[in-house]
Parts: sequence; structure tokens; C-alpha cells
Amino acid sequence: MFLETTPDTSGYMVAGYAIAFAVMGIYVASMYIRNRNLRQDIEALEAMQEERSATKK
Amino acid sequence: MQPKPTALKMLDVFSVLALAVATYLALVFAPTELVMGDVQRVFYFHIGTAWVGLLGFIIAAGSGIVYLVTKDMKWDRFEVAAVEVSIMFFLITIVLGSIWARPAWNTWWTWDPRLTTAAVTELIYIAYFMLRQGMDDPEKRARFGAVYTLLGGVSAPITFMVIRLFRSIHPVVIGAANANQEKMSMTGDMRVAFFFALFAFTVIFIDLIWHRIRLGSLEEKVEQLKLKVSM
Repeated sequence: MFLETTPDTSGYMVAGYAIAFAVMGIYVASMYIRNRNLRQDIEALEAMQEERSATKK
Repeated sequence: MQPKPTALKMLDVFSVLALAVATYLALVFAPTELVMGDVQRVFYFHIGTAWVGLLGFIIAAGSGIVYLVTKDMKWDRFEVAAVEVSIMFFLITIVLGSIWARPAWNTWWTWDPRLTTAAVTELIYIAYFMLRQGMDDPEKRARFGAVYTLLGGVSAPITFMVIRLFRSIHPVVIGAANANQEKMSMTGDMRVAFFFALFAFTVIFIDLIWHRIRLGSLEEKVEQLKLKVSM
């Protein structure tokens, strides 16, 4: 038995590429959010540190 | 807080362009495979992500060794970056493989040696982050991470070699297949898409690792500031 026509598997291809881009997109977004949160933490912690040193004086 | 270097900005742009070209080559330029149809096109990203995934696990093992010798925390940050980026890419590899397997093998998953070792490798490195999170002392955490990635790094060459050592239904793309295995053959245009995908994912991998290392530096700074404030 030989295949006479190429099977239509384009749905699987679309699903595969959609998932690949979604995973990469989510990872890049998570990196952006973590970066932003860490910078906010640093600002807050530095402000706390300055406040402490000011009250000690 | 250091501003983003120009080289990294340029690498960001180059990574996006490389990904766009790799996608075009895989979806438009490469011819449709006659037996499997369009689903074969996932193969270009499947191999590209597998290459950088396994490469990252080996790089992490190398960073672990350098950390154990030098005790310099920058190697711990490099190791964490390599593992995290590789976990993401290797997850894509496994999912794309499963999607290809459904029309090709008539199943989403089978406990074939390649699929099993790939799943075990991914789980080993997910566990790496879970175990690291349980440690407060940065030096102890880095020492544990170095030894763990050194031992875990063995799983990467095993995953690559397993289809050449054991009987497997997974096709062999690189190197010679034995008598029981399927050897994947490519036309000239398919080879262009294949090698460009390898190149593009290598560029993206370097870009993401660089970003993750910078993130690691911020994490370390927050830890140090928290210690100072609490004292």
C-alpha cells in the first residue's frame, strides 16, 4: 500500500509553532516582570537603608 | 543599576531577526515532506531547541566545575542562567516532538528510550530549582548547584546518544543510524532551514543567557540589601 497523496497535517504544524512561540513569549515576559520587580525592590530597600542611617544620626 | 549594554541591545534585535528568518525558512522556504506533510516542519524548531537545551545543561556542568574551583559567585549566576534557559528550550523540544509523534507514530507519547531520557533530563533540572529554593545560604546553595549540575550534566550526552546505543523508534538526524533505525534524509532547501534554525537558536540562547545573568546580579543585590536592612 502506498500513499497516493500527502496527508494534511497542517493543524499539528500550526499547534506546534503556536506552542513554541507561546512558551518563548511567556519566558521573555517572565524575565521582564522579574527584572521590573527586582528593580522596585532595590529602590525600596535602598530607601529603607537611607532612612535607617538618617534616624541613627 | 547598570544600563543595558549596546552589544546586548544589538543582540536582542539580531535574535528577533534570526527567529523571524528561521520561521520563514521552516514554514515557507523548505519544501513539504511528502510522507508526513506539513507536520515535518516542526522538526526544524524541534532540533534547534534540542541543540541549545542540551548545550545549556553541559555549559551548566562546566560552570559548576569552575565555581567549585574558583568559588566565584559569577559562575553560579552563569550556571543558573544556563539551566533556566535550557529548561525552557527543552520543554519546547519535548512538546514539538510529541506533536510530531501524533500523526507519525499515531500516539502523543511512548516510553521509547529517547523520549524517556529527555523527560528525565527535564525533570532533573526542574528539581534543581526546587531544591535550590530551599537553601538560604548563598554559598551552600551555589556549592549544591555546582555538584548537582555536574552530576545532572551526564543526562545530556545520554539523551543524545541513547538512540544510537539502544533500539529506538526515534529517527536519527545527525550521524549514522544502525540497521534497525530510520535515518532522516533532507533535500538541499531542508538543510538550509535546518542549519539556519540551529544558528538562530544559538543566537537566541546567548541573548537570553546574557539577560538571565543580569537578572541574577539584581537578585544577588536584593539579597545583600535585605541582609543589610535586617541587621
